[in-house]
Amino acid sequence: MVDSAVQQETTLDTIDRQLINDYQSGFPLDPNPYQLVGDKLGISEEEVIQRISRLLDDGYLTRFGPLFNIEEFGGLFTLTAMEVPMDRFEEVNEIVNGFSEVAHNYEREHQLNMWYVLACESQQETDEVLERLHQATGIKPYPFPKLQEFYIGLRFEA
Amino acid sequence: MSHVLDSLDRRLIEETQQGLPLVAKPYQALADTLGINEDEVLSRMERMQERGIIRRIGLVPQHYKLGYRYNLMTVWDIPDEEVSRLGPQVGALDYVSHSYERPRHLPLWRYNLFAMVHGRSEEEVNEKVEGVKALLGEHCRDFRLLNSTRILKKTGLRLRKRGGSDSN
Repeated sequence: MVDSAVQQETTLDTIDRQLINDYQSGFPLDPNPYQLVGDKLGISEEEVIQRISRLLDDGYLTRFGPLFNIEEFGGLFTLTAMEVPMDRFEEVNEIVNGFSEVAHNYEREHQLNMWYVLACESQQETDEVLERLHQATGIKPYPFPKLQEFYIGLRFEA
Repeated sequence: MSHVLDSLDRRLIEETQQGLPLVAKPYQALADTLGINEDEVLSRMERMQERGIIRRIGLVPQHYKLGYRYNLMTVWDIPDEEVSRLGPQVGALDYVSHSYERPRHLPLWRYNLFAMVHGRSEEEVNEKVEGVKALLGEHCRDFRLLNSTRILKKTGLRLRKRGGSDSN
């Protein structure tokens, strides 16, 4: 799934922005969460559902729902980088993205030009996936497991 | 620190990792799928959130679409013995979204401190990078700024389903 620059641009209205700004976390664990959110924003339950669906369809959101931390149940995330020859970039990208363990993947400006995150349920599975990636692409993956985590506080203003 | 999931928690993760159902009563819908009641879905999700298994529940913006075109992975070579002291200070800067110590891969890669910096303009991110540089001061031996030129994939966690037919 490559982000396309020719995507049709739509715009966000005030309520869309409020939804995005207020609910990057803390979406209610309640039998009628869309109703609760609608009450706060002054719109109907149905409209909350429609707006979230549209924001997903238009690419303003990549996901909606619970975000899990695999490291709290025995797994691990591993940042990994590869030096991909430019003439093989699209081909290798397809192979790498085809692995369900690849959670995110970014092209970056460096000799190591492909950076992705593996989400695996154990170190053993991580090692196996790294080996399979190496075999499938013919390119050595360099793992950058975190040794210390200093802060995670990701929030974007719409 | 790590928790063991029981099979119902695991199934809840499998059923929601692609998203919360966009229907009026999403937790009831999940309960129907799993053959349990809505209260149990809610209390299990609450417990997973308390334990940090669920980091958060909400909307995950595509930051490029919100105008954050400059998403730099800034990487710094600082003495190993300074990382534990300086890392938390870099992480505490309000414009650094994640910060980690990671291993070097010499000679290819000499950087051991990673800090993600986001901004809507080049000027804005440059200013932020200067802030990190100033904080590290004389301990910064070298650094690189790796802008991301393209998102190639952003799906998040995908556990393989256990039991039943698994086409993954």
